[in-house]
Formats: sequence, structure tokens, C-alpha cells
Amino acid sequence: MPDTLLQLTESGLYCPAGDFAIDPWRPVARAIVTHAHSDHARPGSRAYLATRDSERVLRTRLGPDARIETAAYGEVVSINGVDVSFHPAGHILGSAQVRIAYRGEVWVVSGDYKTEPDVTCAPFEAVRCHTFVTESTFGLPVYRWPAQERVLAQINDWWRGNQEAGRASILYAYALGKAQRLLAGLDPAIGPIFIHGALIRLTEDYRASGVSLPPTRYTGEAPRGFDWLHAMILAPPSAHGTPWMRKFGPVATGFASGWMRIRGTRRRRALDRGFVLSDHADWPGLLAAIDATGAERVWVTHGYAAVLARWLQEQGRDAAVVPTRFEGEMGDDGAAETGEGEEA
Amino acid sequence: MNLFAELYTALDETNRTSAKVDALVRYFECADPADAAWALYFLIGRRPRQAVSMPRLRAWAVEAAAIPDWLFGESYDAVGDFAETVTLLVPEPGEWHPADVASASVLPFDGPQPLHRWVEAVLLPLRERDEAEQRAIILAAWATLGGAERFVWNKLITGAFRVGVSQQLVVRALARVSGADSAAITHRLMGEWQPSAAFYQALLAHDSADTDVSRPYPFCLAYPLDDAPETLGPLAEWQAEWKWDGIRAQLIRRAGQVFLWSRGEDLISDRFPEITAIGALLPDGVVIDGEVLPWKDGTVLPFAQLQRRIGRRDLTRNVLDEVPVVLLAYDLLELDGVDVRDRPLTWRRAQLEWLVALVAGRFEGETRGHGEQETRGHGEQGTWRQEGGGVSSAGFVSEKPSSLDNAPLLRYSATPLLLSPIVTATDWNDLAAQWAMSRERNVEGMMLKRRESAYRVGRVRGDWWKWKVAPYTVDAVLIYAQRGSGKRASLYTDYTFAVWDGDRLVPFAKAYSGLTDEEIRQVDAFVRRNTLEKFGPVRTVTPELVFELAFEGIQRSARHKSGIAVRFPRILRWRHDKRPADADTIETVRTMLPGD
Repeated sequence: MPDTLLQLTESGLYCPAGDFAIDPWRPVARAIVTHAHSDHARPGSRAYLATRDSERVLRTRLGPDARIETAAYGEVVSINGVDVSFHPAGHILGSAQVRIAYRGEVWVVSGDYKTEPDVTCAPFEAVRCHTFVTESTFGLPVYRWPAQERVLAQINDWWRGNQEAGRASILYAYALGKAQRLLAGLDPAIGPIFIHGALIRLTEDYRASGVSLPPTRYTGEAPRGFDWLHAMILAPPSAHGTPWMRKFGPVATGFASGWMRIRGTRRRRALDRGFVLSDHADWPGLLAAIDATGAERVWVTHGYAAVLARWLQEQGRDAAVVPTRFEGEMGDDGAAETGEGEEA
Repeated sequence: MNLFAELYTALDETNRTSAKVDALVRYFECADPADAAWALYFLIGRRPRQAVSMPRLRAWAVEAAAIPDWLFGESYDAVGDFAETVTLLVPEPGEWHPADVASASVLPFDGPQPLHRWVEAVLLPLRERDEAEQRAIILAAWATLGGAERFVWNKLITGAFRVGVSQQLVVRALARVSGADSAAITHRLMGEWQPSAAFYQALLAHDSADTDVSRPYPFCLAYPLDDAPETLGPLAEWQAEWKWDGIRAQLIRRAGQVFLWSRGEDLISDRFPEITAIGALLPDGVVIDGEVLPWKDGTVLPFAQLQRRIGRRDLTRNVLDEVPVVLLAYDLLELDGVDVRDRPLTWRRAQLEWLVALVAGRFEGETRGHGEQETRGHGEQGTWRQEGGGVSSAGFVSEKPSSLDNAPLLRYSATPLLLSPIVTATDWNDLAAQWAMSRERNVEGMMLKRRESAYRVGRVRGDWWKWKVAPYTVDAVLIYAQRGSGKRASLYTDYTFAVWDGDRLVPFAKAYSGLTDEEIRQVDAFVRRNTLEKFGPVRTVTPELVFELAFEGIQRSARHKSGIAVRFPRILRWRHDKRPADADTIETVRTMLPGD
């Protein structure tokens, strides 16, 4: 890809005209960051540009010394003559698509996105462009999300049912984004809501950024002998099966993720319940988003890239796979499929 | 259908036994008996023949989802389960075009239907329909059923319904719902039955005097012996037998008929005409538990020989000649039409010995075409009755063996009904010394049965132990990987291992069990990063990981690339300490072959 506005280098997507990289996976001089998940916001670059909404969580992730500049959604920043602007991606708080315009040519890098509304972040906004670089985490037609109202209602019902059955509810979710979206969807009238230590700082960041969330308490603050029976406890998936779980007595465990759409992934985790709730676009969402950009060319990355690219090609589009930092052949589902990735 | 789908979901969602039983109880308490009968049928793993072929279902799913076939393939690869892939790809009921929904009129009903209606009115007649009708019905069913109901439906039509409950668990729930005896329920579930409201009601009847002549008893199973055998107490309290590797079976002689049932509850009478023929020489009202074994010149043949008998549709004269079988009798469950399972093993064994001798006498008479067998039968019976302590003669003394097709027996010089020999020993050490020679005898080890034990239902700890000799082990290299099914559907869990043949690795065994979940994840990650080639679902990987495999039996095989077939291969452990070069060679493996 010699003369394109963005090129794939060892560091990831790089813009030679502007001399900056987008979500580079190696330290660079100037990094534009779509959102604060660790596979997009890597530490070590000399300067970062991100959205204003993402500043707090990004600071938490990158550390106090990182040089972070911010811009509001829609604000145009000129870098070496390249116009750069952020547009809401609807993925997590502060997540953005990056629009790059240079000499009349417009590219949009989606980062991670979902088209479904989310009360904890600005809604996805379609941006017209010539080339669209899209993620494809759930780029298979088996991934179609149920309405989130229904899923959130299922979670609240499950919580009530667990109370009746004499069990505390532990709900696993990714610490940044999903956990806060779930908090916003829980009904605090059912019982007290607790969070694992790994969620405290990020949840506070959300509140400080103006997102309204129900009151939460840290599990470590509960007095000895506390009766957990009525509690909903949010925790990162890594807490499952650790001694941390013991203090709650009998528990029911659940996991909220797009991967829970597949029974095998659900069963393999040995959890009581899987809830299908994702911060990524499902198959129809991906196709609709791509359509809405009016792009002549689509680059597909992060996930089922080969599948989505082939589908687009068969629909008559100019589509290609852009490899990600994940090892193995392009478009493989390795890291993503095991559900270990943060972003799902 | 909805209630059954809810039950399925509840069972699928939990790993707790108590929660599963609770869910079953809730279901059976409120289910219509006609529904309950079918639910039970499916839950314990029975299934009608596959109604529609997979390629057709796939074609119709692709059509309904409006995707190309390759995208179905990619989806299937990610999901790992055919019925689930179809369920997820096909539009939900609300998403169908009105024109498609109109075709729902091909269904014999309207609106939500109970399970038995779906099965009896749609599923069972489906096989008889032509392709166009099948297509219309399947599409209409998809347009009607959504979510879990559709998944369960797809599992039923593909004949792949399975959920993590054992028959034992289902029986426990039924006993709790009905108050009927669980052993009686288990017994009634064996053999052939048609799911119906009447069957379900009879199943839960408290009166256990059942009449089905073909019905076998539940098999008594042994626990593996983990401790030293001396911990079992005095040797005198135990009966030791060899642990044979064949097909565990029950030979039933009732009402002038003979039935041979495998432990998998298949009626296998037709597979083994010589055993059916010898069964006809038994007095009426007898059930024998034993092992079908390939047997020639007084000794057992390798299990693979038996597979030649099972796998074949037609039994040719050749196969019958090359792989003669015997039934090695272990136990006696019914005598004179009376259930004797509660009598002590010593008593049952004595009666069994008498019966086997009786049949041997009759066999001679039959195959030689003389009428002496009755006289001989009288004599033997008399003797045994005295020693056995007064069994009722119940009138079979004068019974003439029914006329039978004894052609299958003519190739036998001795009766194919043999006693499982009792191994005698002076003490545990002596027994252990004989046990250590199991491999030479082509047996897997020993069975230890308490002499006073009753013949119990299922696997009960304490009375029967299987004492197996250590398996063969080999270090082999992982070369191919394939996705698993069910819980492991999206992971690479089915592996093929190779050993060295010169500087080449030859595939030698397939194994999938034996790793921890964590190890499976690690191997899965390795497979994804080290794929050399893809062949459909199979990936060739860099030969790098070494595993210690165990297996029970080994023999030559022309069908395997390595020239060797092993029985029950499994992964013993991951040898992180070994490199591929350290793996075993085919020569080493060959030294394990019998007779080498």
C-alpha cells in the first residue's frame, strides 16, 4: 500500500503525511488513540491525542507521566497539514472514530464501535469517507445481539431469583466500559451493589466525567460477617475461581459479553449464566455502519477480518484485510475468540 | 415445546447436580404425561432416526439466512455445533417476511404446541416426506420457533440432542415426583418402549410386577480400585475374576424367546446368532449377565476382531468363521422367572454353573442330533439342586428345548456359553502376582466381587471393584488438532499424535481427554499460533508439543498409517520436559504388540 494516506507499518496504522500513528502497538512519537482499552492505548509513546471524554480513563491506564492532549468530538486538529477529528464510536466512554482529511481525501478509522445506544457514552455517529477502516470482532452472521433492554431485564431478574434461592450474585464484566454500562442498567432497588477493587478507579473516572451511575460499594469495605445474600457484585472475569470469591458464601455467577452468544463459550467458563451484551457492533451493525459511511474502500481489522472482507468483496466492494498485532494468520479468531481480550 | 426448552436451558445453565434435579422435578411436576414421556426419552439419550440430512438442513439454513454457503462454514467453524449454528443464523420468528410466514400453514397446527405434538405430528412423519415438503416444513418450523425452542428443535431433528444429565439423575427426579421406586423406574426404562402418556403413567406405577419379556435388568457396574486390594479385607470374602474386554451383555430367555442386550441398551441378538441359538437351550425364565468375546481355540481374540462383527451390516459366513464369539457368563439375574438379584453372589454363581453345564449338555445333544440330552439334563439338575440348596424345579426339567435354528452352532465344537473362570489364590500377594500377568492373558485386570453381594443397580461403591493393570504409555508429538464439540466446541481439543518412524512422524493415536481446562486453553493457543495447514476442520501444527499417552490395548492394523491400532488412548500428561526428538519411535511401540 505505497501511496495511501494511512499505511500499515510495524507499529500499526501510520499516516506519513501527518507523521502520526493511530492506536500504535509500539511506542511512537505521536499516537492518536481511539479509546482507552489496553489493546488500543499502549503505553510508551511520546505524545497522545485523544477525546476529551476519554481523558480520565486514559490517564488511569497510561499513568500520570503520559503526555495526553485532548480534543472535543468534531473539533478539527491540524497535524502537519492533515486535518484530524474525533467522532463518537459508541464503544465506551470517550471512544472515537478518527477522521483524517488530506488534500480532499477522507479516511475514517473506526477503532472499536457499536451502533446500539449506551447511556454511558456518546452514540455512534456515521461519518462519510472514502476509506473506512473497520473493526470486525464479531464479524460473523451468528453474532446478532438481542435488545439490550431485554438483556438488562434478564440480569435484574436473575439477581432477584438468586436472592430467592439464597445466593449472592457475582456478575463478571470487563472492567472498563462494560462494567459501568451494566451498573447503569442495574436496578438499585433490588439490593446493594458492590464492585471488585479493580473496578473502583475506573468507575470513579466515569462518575467524574459526568456519567450517572447508581451508588456502589467496594467489596473490601463490607464488615466481617456481612450478609451477601442480596448483593450484586461486579468483578472482572479474572476474579472467577479465585479465593476472593469465597467470602460471599453461596453465589451464582454470570458473565456479560458478546461471546456469550455461543453456547460453547458460555459452558466452558463453568458459569451459571451468560448474558449477551457487547460493546461491539454485531453483524448487522457492522454492515449498517459500513454502508452509512458511503466508503469506496473498506479495510477490515481486529477480529473476523477475512470473513467480513470476503463478504464485502462479494457485495461488490473494494475490501481488504489489515492485519492486527494478533499473531497467527490474518483474520483468525484466536485471541478474541477465547474471550480473554478486554474488548468484548 | 416451550416448557421443554426451558427445562433444557435450566439444565444447560447449571453445573450443580442438585439444581439439575430440581429443574427436572419442576418440569415433571407440571408436564403433560405425553410430553413427559418424550422429554424423558430424549433426556436419557434416546433418539428417533435422523429425520433430515445435514446437507439439506444446511442448504435451507443458508437460504433462510440469505448468506453464501462458505459463510455458513465459517460460522460453523466458530460455533462448533451444527444445530446451534443453524439456530443462530436463521432469522428469529419476528424477522421473517410475511410471505415466508404464510408457508407456516404446512404445519399441522397453529400457535404454541407442546413437545409431543411437535415430535409426533411434525418430527416423526418428516422422514417420509419428499424433499420439497421437508423444506417447507423445516422453514415453517424455524419461522415459528425462536431462541431456545428452535435450538432444541434443531437438536431433535439432527438427532443430536444431548444435555448434561445422566439417566440416573432423571430417574432420581422421577422417583421424587412420583414416589415410585427408582430401581423399578430404571428397569422399566430399559428395553424397547414407545414414548406415550400411557407408558409414562406405567413407568411411575408403584406396582413393579412388569411383564415385558424382552426387558433386561440394569447392569451392576464396578468402581475402579484405587487403593491396594488388601484394604478390602480378608481375601476369603472376595471372588476374583478376570476383567474381559468385550461387549457386556445380558442374555434373556423368557416366554420361549431369546434376547441379547448390550450395556448400551441395544438389542444385539442379530449380531450374534450363535449366542441367540445357545440362549434357546436355556430353560425359560433365565437372565444371564456376561461378556460377548471373540474366542478361538480356547482363548480370547483382540477386541478389534469383535469390531469386525459389530461394524458389519451383513454377517458373512467368512466373518462368522473367522471371528467366532462366546458369551462368558458372569452372573445370574433371573431364574425360573424370578428376580434373584438380591440373593448372595455365591448362590447366584452356583446356579449359574449349573445352568452353563446344563446348556453344555443340551448343546452336545443338539449338535450331534441325539435325544440324550434330556436324560443327561435330569441327572445334572438333580445333583445341582441338592448342592444349590433347593431351588424350585418349576417344571423346566421336562421342558424340551425349543426347536431352533442351530446352524450357527454347528461350527462350534464346544458350547459358546462359558463360565467366567474364578481366579483362585492363597492370599492377596498370590492374587496380585496373577493380576500382574493380565496382559499376557489379553485381559485388562481383575474384577473383585464381594461373595455376599447382591446384584445391584448401576455403579455402587463397595461390593464390586475393577482392578485394572496399568496402561501402556508412549510419548508422542502433537501433529493435528481439531475443534471439539459441545462444551469444547470453539476450542481445539481433539488431537492426533505421532511417533517417529525414522525421521518421519507417523500419526499413531487420536486422543482428546486427559488435559485440564487450563492446559486445553494453552494447547488451543498453541494450535492457533502454529498452524501449518488447514484441511476443513483439521489443522496441521508445528510438531513441538510432547504428551504422554496411555492406552489399554494394542494390535496390528492395516487401516492405520502406523500399522498399529490402540484401544482407549488418552492423554496422561503434557511432557513439558520433553522435546519432539525425545518422543518414542514406532519400533518401541511395536515391541508392545502381543506376540512380538
